[in-house]
Amino acid sequence: MVAQKQIWEMSMTEREKILGRIREALTLTAPHPGTHGRHEPAQTFPGRPVQSAKPWLPDGGETPEEQIAHFRAASTDLKTDFREAADEAAAMAILKEIAQAEGWKKIATHRSELTDKAASALGLPKLLTGGGYDKNEMEACDAGITECDVLIAQTGSLIVTSRSSGGRALSVLPPHHVVIARREQLVRDLTAGFAFIQRKYDGNYPSMISLVTGPSRTGDIERILVLGAHGPKKLTVILW
Amino acid sequence: MTVTLFVPCFVDALFPQVGINMVRILEKLGHRVECPEEIACCGQPAFNSGYWDEARCVAEPTLKRLKNAEAVVIASGSCGAMLKVFYPQLFENKPEAAAAHELSHKVWEFSDFLVKKLGVTDLGAKFPAKVTFHDGCHGLRELGIKSSPRKLLEKVEGLELVEMQDAETCCGFGGTFSAKFPMISTAMGEVKCTSAKQTGADYIVSNDSSCLMHVQGLLSREGSPLKTIHLAEILGGNQQS
Amino acid sequence: MSSHSQEFLDQASVITRDLRHRGLIQTALKKYEVARDKRKSAFGDWQSARQAAAETKWEAINHLDKYLTEFADKLEARGTKVHWASTGEQARDIIVKLIAEKKAKCVIKSKAMTSEEIHLNDAMEKAGFEVVESDLGEYIVQLRKEPPYHIVFPAMHLTRDEISDLFQRELGSAPTQEPEELTMIARRALRKKYIEADIGITGANFAVAETGMISLTENEGNARLTAALPKTMITLLGIEKVLPKMEDLALFLPMLATAGAGQAVTGYNTLYGGPKQADEADGPEEWHVVLLDNRRSLLLADAEQRDALHCIRCGACLNVCPIFRNVGGHTYGTTYSGPIGSVITPHLRGLQNWKHLSGSSSLCGACTETCPVKIDLHHHLLQNRRNASQEEPSALEQFAYKVFGFVANRPGMWQVGKELARMFQPLHKFVLGSKLDPARTWTATRDVQPVAPESFKEWWRKNKSGK
Ligand code: SF4
Repeated sequence: MVAQKQIWEMSMTEREKILGRIREALTLTAPHPGTHGRHEPAQTFPGRPVQSAKPWLPDGGETPEEQIAHFRAASTDLKTDFREAADEAAAMAILKEIAQAEGWKKIATHRSELTDKAASALGLPKLLTGGGYDKNEMEACDAGITECDVLIAQTGSLIVTSRSSGGRALSVLPPHHVVIARREQLVRDLTAGFAFIQRKYDGNYPSMISLVTGPSRTGDIERILVLGAHGPKKLTVILW
Repeated sequence: MTVTLFVPCFVDALFPQVGINMVRILEKLGHRVECPEEIACCGQPAFNSGYWDEARCVAEPTLKRLKNAEAVVIASGSCGAMLKVFYPQLFENKPEAAAAHELSHKVWEFSDFLVKKLGVTDLGAKFPAKVTFHDGCHGLRELGIKSSPRKLLEKVEGLELVEMQDAETCCGFGGTFSAKFPMISTAMGEVKCTSAKQTGADYIVSNDSSCLMHVQGLLSREGSPLKTIHLAEILGGNQQS
Repeated sequence: MSSHSQEFLDQASVITRDLRHRGLIQTALKKYEVARDKRKSAFGDWQSARQAAAETKWEAINHLDKYLTEFADKLEARGTKVHWASTGEQARDIIVKLIAEKKAKCVIKSKAMTSEEIHLNDAMEKAGFEVVESDLGEYIVQLRKEPPYHIVFPAMHLTRDEISDLFQRELGSAPTQEPEELTMIARRALRKKYIEADIGITGANFAVAETGMISLTENEGNARLTAALPKTMITLLGIEKVLPKMEDLALFLPMLATAGAGQAVTGYNTLYGGPKQADEADGPEEWHVVLLDNRRSLLLADAEQRDALHCIRCGACLNVCPIFRNVGGHTYGTTYSGPIGSVITPHLRGLQNWKHLSGSSSLCGACTETCPVKIDLHHHLLQNRRNASQEEPSALEQFAYKVFGFVANRPGMWQVGKELARMFQPLHKFVLGSKLDPARTWTATRDVQPVAPESFKEWWRKNKSGK
């Protein structure tokens, strides 16, 4: 801890030095973007720019039907396995079917309303992340089953957090990530998604909030898409 | 109207037909053309190399001479950008700043002048050949010229325009860049020529002679049958060779 | 001429003739262009979205002191240790000391260009720690002992065969032609490392001031694992990464992904706001965030080019740059290559030594046109050239422009000039392309356009003047 203290003391004076340099630099005003070499004044915004930006961004659909359609199309694009179920029983049947087809022996999951239902429907041995867990044991599980906070129609994404989805690793370490969610959790776009997170946690945020869009992927070899680079090779979303 | 035609140094010396055709076209459309003999250069080479004082020495007389012009038409998109976009920067916080801004508003690249200012697209020209159009970067990005030359080409009898892949990619000329970094400039030119050849065109057309000089230089060296020609030469019906 | 400049010229001369390299890069970037255009077309108005993004970054950068303090204070309030480093050396010291204090054996890293900028891996290895890059592309170039080729696609210059050979040599794996299988070889090797590693190091794409969080963009999940499993997490980021509010991500994440890789959004965009909290299952017990200046405040002081700090490192300007596409990433000899690298390297590492990068541009402006945050890139290259010439003019060049300017705008002298050229022109063919050829940089690969027998002005005098 002595070293840490030294580092910290040094860096406190650096903080003042850096902020001092910044303040001095900012005494000069920079031109606004888009004004360079142009004759017309650049476009300006009434409020914060992002608030005007909504219609310019890709859309997620107005009605619930449109939003589901968007999420479905995005999932196909992303190679997310998106399953829509009529009700809870149908959702659990889908889950069991997947478990059987893939020959799951053990799952990793966390305690919550929907994951509890999933775990009891499956009846498989399980690792619960609640009070800590063994990393090697989780790595050996066939699937990680979690809830999510919201689903986003615009991009086919979902948001998991360290508090609502069983920690940081559960949704990314096992080879298959399964998300159980309800239709009401689907929102139109990222703006709505972040607004939901801000409302829900009201300043008391989980330490990790992750926007997950499709299974893990890479294009690092000749720009050819490969799934399952480091995270899950498969992402399944079961929604009812 | 009286059109002041600014024929930049390299067009004057190397591509006189481009200027001559512009004079003929503008006169045919009923305008009086004047051509100030005492200016030849916009100052771009010095400006682009970072020698702004030297560039101003060249630009000042140009600015002065063009002060009272009604409309200034430039025989090159690149020099057009120099006058229209870069003079205001070059003279920022200088006594000539206001004059530079004023000039900027009445400067036109040739094809844009015909289409946007004069509203003319059909000049009754004939050119029975397959051509592809290369957008000079300064004309395209500094001046925003994309449709004007194409509208003019569309009306040329017998001419078939085929767009090449990456028509908007730089040919690699870039002024002094082509001499300071010849290997990069050449590689870029080769990529451009390959795209142009893939169209099966007989000619690469552009509204900027500087790009064409570079591209033609490469094509001639390799003995390619593909030729280059300036838009004005097609429209004026008076070709160099 | 600086040695960097000579090296650039030498390497450029070789690689621009390498048609295999040219083909490889063109093919990879063609794929990128198709994907990008498809994503762009899903935007209601891409140009307005760019302006909104640019204005947001303008707000952040022009109030950097306020947002940076807010960011740091919020982070600290939730148990994160924030360190400030004026120089790369300080940042390296802080990180190496932290690792030493933890008696760490293995460090796992997710992609961070800032760490390349300060040569962090070298420093850690010199201090005796094993460092493993976990992003697949970074892992590949690390095994090759090479810097990343591109800020977003680190291994885009390599073919699957080269990667297969590399894995056979370094990891003892079986040869394969399949990108899928190659990826799995790396996956297996790295999984062990995540679990063993004591320290995880990440970069950051954004620093959200409002909530005191970093946002990390990635596709592979390697950053997620790096931030989940090791006991200590260290994040290194430049001070320019700030965004005012969380909602701004709704604009920036799609723009970064679209411009950078032709994706709607990147696979994982993760916000971190602290170490493991009391009610959480896992995560690092300690989180250290190192804020790096390293001459960014100098660039900030240059109001004309301040917008270069808006950069979100999407790599789009590299992808469209015809210079980059022909010389490739390594020729630059810098951490940040392509247009943005040519603009900022002179600021970060010295104008006179790196001005050649600003010279090496045809000023076509494709970069400025594509930049999602509207940085005036190609005009900044012009400004760098101006600043360099003002500071240290080349006597010869300056003289040449003086003479040319003098001649060009004096009709009599200009006329004499053309006549002299006509006179000497026939002699040119005797020295064409040789050492004696004054125009050899042109004529080595290109024919010369001769001075016309009758110039425009001669024609004008004869036919028009006074008529
Ligand atoms: S300068 Fe613009 S285009 Fe280039 S990497 Fe930065 S944000 Fe992307």
